[in-house]
Amino acid sequence: MADRARLRGPEPVTVELSINHRTRILEIEPRTSLLDALREQLDLTGSKKGCDQGTCGACTVWVDGRRVLACLTLAITCEGREITTIEGFSDGRRMNAMQRSFIKHDAFQCGYCTPGQVMSAVALLDEGHASSDAEIAE
Amino acid sequence: MTAVTNQTISQPLDRVDGPAKVTGRARYSAEIPLPGTVHAVLVGAVVPSGRTNTIQTGEAEQVPGVLAVLTHANLPKIAAQPRLFPSLFGHAAVGETFFPMQDDVVHYAGQPVAMVVADTLERAQHAAGLVHVSYHTAPSTTTLEQGRDRAYEPGRIFGGLLPGRMERGDPDSGLAKAPVHIDRTYRFAANHHNPIEPSSTTAVWEDDRLTLYDSTQGITATRLTVAELMGLPSSNVRVLTHYVGGGFGAKAMIWPHVALTAIAARYVGRPVKLALTREQMFSSCGHREEQEQHAVLGAGNEGRVTTLRHHKLSATSPFDDWAEPSLNVAAQAYSYPNYQGSYRLVRTNTMTPTFTRGPGEASGMFALESAMDELAYELGLDPIELRLRNHADADPLTGNPWSSKGLRECYQRGAERFGWRERNPAARSQRDGHWLIGSGTATAGYPVPAFPGLQPQRARARLYADGSAVLQAGTQEFGTGVATAMTQVAADGLGVPLDRVRFDYGDTELPNTAPAVGSAGSGMVSSAVHSAATSLRDQLVAQAVAQAVADSESPLHAADPSTVVVGDGRMMLRDRPETGETYSELLQRNGVEDAEALGSWQPTGMDTGYALTTFGAQFAEVAVDSDLGLVRVRRMVGAFAPGRVLNPKTARSQLMGGMLWGMSQALPEGTQMDSRMGRWANASLGEYLVPVNADAPEVDVEFVEVREDVANPLGVKGVGEIGQIGAAAAIANAVFHATGHRVRELPIRIEHLLRSA
Repeated sequence: MADRARLRGPEPVTVELSINHRTRILEIEPRTSLLDALREQLDLTGSKKGCDQGTCGACTVWVDGRRVLACLTLAITCEGREITTIEGFSDGRRMNAMQRSFIKHDAFQCGYCTPGQVMSAVALLDEGHASSDAEIAE
Repeated sequence: MTAVTNQTISQPLDRVDGPAKVTGRARYSAEIPLPGTVHAVLVGAVVPSGRTNTIQTGEAEQVPGVLAVLTHANLPKIAAQPRLFPSLFGHAAVGETFFPMQDDVVHYAGQPVAMVVADTLERAQHAAGLVHVSYHTAPSTTTLEQGRDRAYEPGRIFGGLLPGRMERGDPDSGLAKAPVHIDRTYRFAANHHNPIEPSSTTAVWEDDRLTLYDSTQGITATRLTVAELMGLPSSNVRVLTHYVGGGFGAKAMIWPHVALTAIAARYVGRPVKLALTREQMFSSCGHREEQEQHAVLGAGNEGRVTTLRHHKLSATSPFDDWAEPSLNVAAQAYSYPNYQGSYRLVRTNTMTPTFTRGPGEASGMFALESAMDELAYELGLDPIELRLRNHADADPLTGNPWSSKGLRECYQRGAERFGWRERNPAARSQRDGHWLIGSGTATAGYPVPAFPGLQPQRARARLYADGSAVLQAGTQEFGTGVATAMTQVAADGLGVPLDRVRFDYGDTELPNTAPAVGSAGSGMVSSAVHSAATSLRDQLVAQAVAQAVADSESPLHAADPSTVVVGDGRMMLRDRPETGETYSELLQRNGVEDAEALGSWQPTGMDTGYALTTFGAQFAEVAVDSDLGLVRVRRMVGAFAPGRVLNPKTARSQLMGGMLWGMSQALPEGTQMDSRMGRWANASLGEYLVPVNADAPEVDVEFVEVREDVANPLGVKGVGEIGQIGAAAAIANAVFHATGHRVRELPIRIEHLLRSA
């Protein structure tokens, strides 16, 4: 994968991504981050840009089921992997238990970092790191 | 007057925009899909003072996809420079009276000196790095310490609204006669707001009409400011903002990047999107200024404070006399007859400071409430008892009664919830292993916005023949919960079920309301929405009972409107609820598709004969590592009396967020100036620390009910700032109680406490 990437660019190249189980074809420069590809090319704006430096977590998505910071991930390196964004959680208006809990407990205000927090929280449960408040804080 | 039977106000309802936010469907200002949008990136000055020498743009212009490289040499000039005036007043409201890229002068590091527009964000960012700027650097002043000798007393501050000096009674003689003095200086690092959504603007031109999608706390302020800067009729500028990712004051005033985006869009003839980087957020939207405050209390041996002298010295920009108003609530917090307050400023090479959550009072009440705690220890009095002995039964500034207060109840209820009475009053008396445990308290206060010159607040209500309703007001929602609370106000005012009402906001084409600043939002907008909704209700009831028109089929024909009640969309006689009909039946029978009413409300001025201030009490427990000086806040309790609470769930979140802001002000937050470079040294979220969920202690919010009849029709005093005020002082006071060491500087750092370990 890395070898292929090195041979492509720096001009825009065709990149094929699987996002929320849909194949998306993009013409992007290899330096394009996954976050900018999602937001600026694919109109998947649920993943947020808060810092663009990997410190805030608002851009958290899953790649092959693992949490990654989309601002620090190059889109081209995600070829052949399955990307899940917040838009992949709900078709239309249905919500999962985590999303409903966020609403019930008013766990957000402006909501800008909420999709990243939801992505992270669901993964945290799946990873088995949520047995206590202390473990979650860790 | 017609009564309403259903009641959703004061119910803890879930946010109406919750589903959009948790599913990612909510679109913030940089997320509006517009065909043909291109991207702008700003290039900031790297020196704090001087002039640009050469700006080489050739290399950047060669980058494929670059549409323009704008500098002072080719950027179209602004038409006029609006004055700096707080956006609350509803006029044009620049954050600073300097507009960049008009000439080669550099006033502060980060000031835009060039702007690149390209077809993709990657190309614009890359080309921005290829703009080569050289400077003639001049000596700079960027800290209070560097400019202390050149401090001056401004005639007025805060857009000319506040005097630079205030006095009552005889402070000199008051201090001379007082047997006990507390004479202390408190220092504050600069703070940056750091909303998680960086400010962004997307500008679209259609002939000479401009549409801006802007992350702003005040769409009308954006409209009027950009119109004035660009010489456009106000009616030609439309501003939309449906979701704002936090503001905290960073988006309360209108900063140069907004108009720069509009200028760039006109220049390239395409929609242009500009999103500031996190680093640029530290030099683009103002900040809370570096400051120090000298507080002198004079008191009798029994604890009666007779005099407060409160002087502030703070940094401002080279061109504006800005100081956040730190002295207002402190001047009226207790019943001292003698008072003197003054502001002094130092011109520094930074941008103009601005509103930051709890503007002014967050720092002013830290100084006062720290000094009060010192006085309590000096006199051997319980800190709450000292405050009760100095309770102001009327406003000491004017002698006017409070419109509502509730402070005594806040102390009492907060102390009960916190367990204050179980505390050993001696400093450094409690331990938990190697942790030193302490608790502290402080008074909270924040003014209710009531000034002459506020604009009328307007809203529109429309009810359709199918029974659904829409309420419209041009307000902004950045997480306060205003959209939810206004849906409740609308439902109750109209007498229709909540799920039949939609609240529309965030568009300058809607009736105008105030910006969401200064804890004004819910009080101002609810007044307009309530007015519109009840006007429409009364209009429909009048139609139902009308005798003049030939609608004798109406079951309420010829009834006295005062005997009619409304609930669930149905008008009925109070005594005989079976007699009545729904709004829908009335409209459909008359072949009318909708009914509409406007509502307006003129905000309260200062001539009410009452003092309008919101009060509360803060409590904090800290643990300080006796070896390392680490401070951990274990729990916080806040009791507040904000008048009518429209939605306790969202109000609690506001107050909790405010309290955590106070914790943040006390412990991690501070922007450090590198005075050698003249640049902020920690302009990132990795180095400018704010608490995350894992840092948040247990936060307990208590509402104290007070009846408020003066502020506005629904008696709402606001919850936007009061949660923060006093929280930092409660924590610093708790640190003293834990360690016996008084820290008079924010943020409190480990090195302040190492020698106490």
